Amino acid sequence: MIFEVFRRERQGQPFQHAGSVDAPDGRFAEIYAREQYGRRQESAALWLVPREAVREVDEFPDEFDLKYRRVDGYSIKARLKEARAAAEDVARSRDAFSAGEIR
Amino acid sequence: MDARTQEFVEHVQSGGLVEVHDWMPDEYRARLIKFVEMHGNSELMGVLPERDWILRAPTLQRKLALTAKIQDEVGHAQLIYRVVEDLGKPRTACLDDLAAGKSKFHNVFHYPTQTWGDVGVIAWLVDAAAIVSQKALLKCSYAPYARIMKKICWEESFHILHGRDVILALVTGTSEQFELVQEALTRWWEPLMHFHGTPIPADEDPMVFWRIKSQGNEAARQEFLDGYVPQIWELGLEVPDSRLRRRDDGVWEYSEPDWEKLAAVVSGHGPASQDRIDFRRTTRADVEWVARAILAEAA
Repeated sequence: MIFEVFRRERQGQPFQHAGSVDAPDGRFAEIYAREQYGRRQESAALWLVPREAVREVDEFPDEFDLKYRRVDGYSIKARLKEARAAAEDVARSRDAFSAGEIR
Repeated sequence: MDARTQEFVEHVQSGGLVEVHDWMPDEYRARLIKFVEMHGNSELMGVLPERDWILRAPTLQRKLALTAKIQDEVGHAQLIYRVVEDLGKPRTACLDDLAAGKSKFHNVFHYPTQTWGDVGVIAWLVDAAAIVSQKALLKCSYAPYARIMKKICWEESFHILHGRDVILALVTGTSEQFELVQEALTRWWEPLMHFHGTPIPADEDPMVFWRIKSQGNEAARQEFLDGYVPQIWELGLEVPDSRLRRRDDGVWEYSEPDWEKLAAVVSGHGPASQDRIDFRRTTRADVEWVARAILAEAA
């Protein structure tokens, strides 16, 4: 029976898939996993999951390429430049006005 | 090559990864099994030369460290055989083929260890040569193998340091101890130069084609020489190759190793090949009752 092994390296970190062990039952899976993934204090915890129990989902179609939900859907460079230039113009006019150059 | 295989080749060659349940061409699977199985065999057979020295190690600390290293190597064999099993070859079949002399293991484990100096050279330089290859395997197109390699490389780094510590203790000891290291290095230099294989060009190497390996043999050897020859020389040790030198362009020149000898050694004609295979076979028979008892208890 194959058990997938997930390993937490330190408290507070997520469990990550580490490998698998082939064992006759759960007790032996624990012994093997301790030996292979915890012997050197490299794990704070292990999860052992029978391979058949894993429901894998690995298709995420994005037919409409919904860019507005992503960072790469926004290109602000040109607009930001324009906005900054406009703000500078306003500031310049205001300074000129207070210096009495413009009436 | 059919369209599906062509697509697969483009996928792996452009850096794509393959997972356990993904479709793969038969040739890729067969080459992967053979390569990974040999790696697993080497981890398992690699402990035999060192095992001989647990009882003879000079101090308790050395015995413990050597035992821990051996435990790690056997652990690596377990991890690697698991990868082979998922590719379709059961562990029992791997162990059967190994005991029957049908499958291969690395050239360096076909030699005897004559002194404690050999143990130091193995732990330092053989493991260093192995880590060059294993680091390149972190980029293997077969992702489950690459992931396991990450853990293995992490553990190997302690082995190299342990080996270097053994060597440093000897070279700073008596002149007999220094000589012990020099003799061991002289004995192990040829196997070390054989270790990364014949200098087959990377673009002709089928293992590179499938991106099972990401580094050609000669590139690996050059990396090993560049990293470790200076470390050997700085201790006042002599490498038994008068042509060995680093050119101005950084390439290491060396005397061409005897490649026929390498082929003979890895096909079971090395000085300790038969002893090791026999030992593996008898040990396997001796402990078979343990496996039977465990399976009976679990059933």
